[in-house]
Amino acid sequence: MAPETRTQSQPEKRSEPTAATRVDANRPVAEPRPEDIDPTAVFDLEDLSVYYGSFRAIRNVDMTVCQKQITAFIGPSGCGKTTLLRCFNRMNDLVDIARVEGKVLYHGVNLYDSAVNPVEVRRRIGMVFQKPNPFPKSIYDNIAFGPKVAGVKGDLGEVVERSLRRAALWDEVKDRLKDSAMGLSGGQQQRLCIARALAVDPEVILMDEPCSALDPIATGRIEDLMEEIKSEYTILIVTHNMQQAARVSDRCAFFTAEVNETSDTRTGILVEFDRTEKMFSNPSDERTENYVTGRFG
Amino acid sequence: MADTSVEVAPFSVASLRGNPGRIRKEAAIRGVFFAAAALSIVIMALIVLTLARETYTFVSQVELAQLWSDGWFPRRALYDIRTIVVGSVLVTVIAMLVATPLGMGAAVYLSEYARPRVRGVLKPVLEVLASIPSVVLGFFALTWISPEIVQRLSDRASLFNLAAAGIGVGILTTPLVASIAEDAMGSVPKALREASYGMGARKVTTSVRVVIPAAVSGLVAAFIVGVSRAIGETMVVAIAAGASGGSLFSLNVFDRGQTMTAAMASLATGTDAVVGAGLTFQSLFFVGSLLFVLTLLLNVFADRYVRRVRQKY
Repeated sequence: MAPETRTQSQPEKRSEPTAATRVDANRPVAEPRPEDIDPTAVFDLEDLSVYYGSFRAIRNVDMTVCQKQITAFIGPSGCGKTTLLRCFNRMNDLVDIARVEGKVLYHGVNLYDSAVNPVEVRRRIGMVFQKPNPFPKSIYDNIAFGPKVAGVKGDLGEVVERSLRRAALWDEVKDRLKDSAMGLSGGQQQRLCIARALAVDPEVILMDEPCSALDPIATGRIEDLMEEIKSEYTILIVTHNMQQAARVSDRCAFFTAEVNETSDTRTGILVEFDRTEKMFSNPSDERTENYVTGRFG
Repeated sequence: MADTSVEVAPFSVASLRGNPGRIRKEAAIRGVFFAAAALSIVIMALIVLTLARETYTFVSQVELAQLWSDGWFPRRALYDIRTIVVGSVLVTVIAMLVATPLGMGAAVYLSEYARPRVRGVLKPVLEVLASIPSVVLGFFALTWISPEIVQRLSDRASLFNLAAAGIGVGILTTPLVASIAEDAMGSVPKALREASYGMGARKVTTSVRVVIPAAVSGLVAAFIVGVSRAIGETMVVAIAAGASGGSLFSLNVFDRGQTMTAAMASLATGTDAVVGAGLTFQSLFFVGSLLFVLTLLLNVFADRYVRRVRQKY
């Protein structure tokens, strides 16, 4: 990792939510300094790279994700946004050839420490997927699944109701909790998946293009829902839809892919990470500007 | 000018009729495939017809007392149905007691736990195992399973016994059950597993609460195919259960016994040959019909069950 290969410029890479408190942009990237970890920070990525076999999907990402905010990842296809998102709850473990270098600090603890159990990670950091993936079980059983695997005994009716209410789905399904979740519409299924994730009371919710399979009305509902719950949860969302990122997120990270000339593979890099309104109105990097104004990607 | 107007025919239905040669060829190809499909139905129908005719001859001439006696001794015109049906059921139950846990366990391991490289080796090995000739397993059941396992379990077990035959059939059935079950679990969408892991479920929870319920129709199918295979298995039983002539009715699995299939095999090959007196020849078809009806019922019930419990995804 020679300095000249770094395409990011230092100030953009380490931009923080409260610029006044974190202006230490020139400190060396590879040296964590626990004393200046922002108390509102949930995640700190340090020099994170992900490989699939020998293929490097994304490299040298440094960023800090803050509590109770919506952080959006945008960028063209194949720039490793989803790959990166799946590092936050170790879903990449499910891919045999995936390998992670660097650190994902969650409240200062490296999630990739050998002592960390991914099962515990995922109970705190939930996930909503691109395609709605309810279990082929009843609506009730879908929501109750998480609490059950977490060892909650007894009647889960209250948890089910609370989760469905928070996901703004209760009124639509309260009379058919025993029906199969597969009978719901796509948008309802996705809200069910969000309710399912909320049922285990996670701190963080990762959303991987949650609206890409939905129509605009369903998308609007999911966005309203995100707005609603962000006071309680930290949300990270990957989206292909720039308007969506602009509408819902507080902070926005723009990724792009650099083509490796020798192997003809594409590796994702973080270009810029800042407050969303700045990203869309006055980005620091020309590549960001080109992308958000539609001149590229 | 005049030339072109001659060459360009007026547009009509004929212009859209297409090449007649190609249409004929299409029809011929369709005929060939239809014949292939129809032939299998015709053969099936002929088999059922033959079975039914000879079975009718047998049933109309046999006396009821002959069908409910002390044992299956076709040479002495004693055709006790209980003996061979119970023999078949015992062998099948023992076989499935062996094959279900082993086969399903192997399938869960291959589908949920094994790394791709391990699976790449194990799955073909399993399929090779499925092609072991049953005569080899029959011999193995007689010379190893019977003395080393069954006779250790029970002092009074004879060398030829139903338990050894059952275990042998079970081993023979295991790869088949494992293979079909693994296919069923493998076709459960990855998204469902991810949903489960994403909720903080462990591997065993994901397998038991998500993958197996979603694959249940395939797993039941694996079980049913296993049962059909076990009921239909002949050679292992003929060698290891040891009732080549006939058998007394017995519920003791450590005893010699006769199954429907082995009874048919010995009828068709034994010294009491098919040409034997009376209804011996027809009894063969009778047993065949019995077997046919049993497996048919099994499949019908399995189908009903699967339709009831299936989770659609």
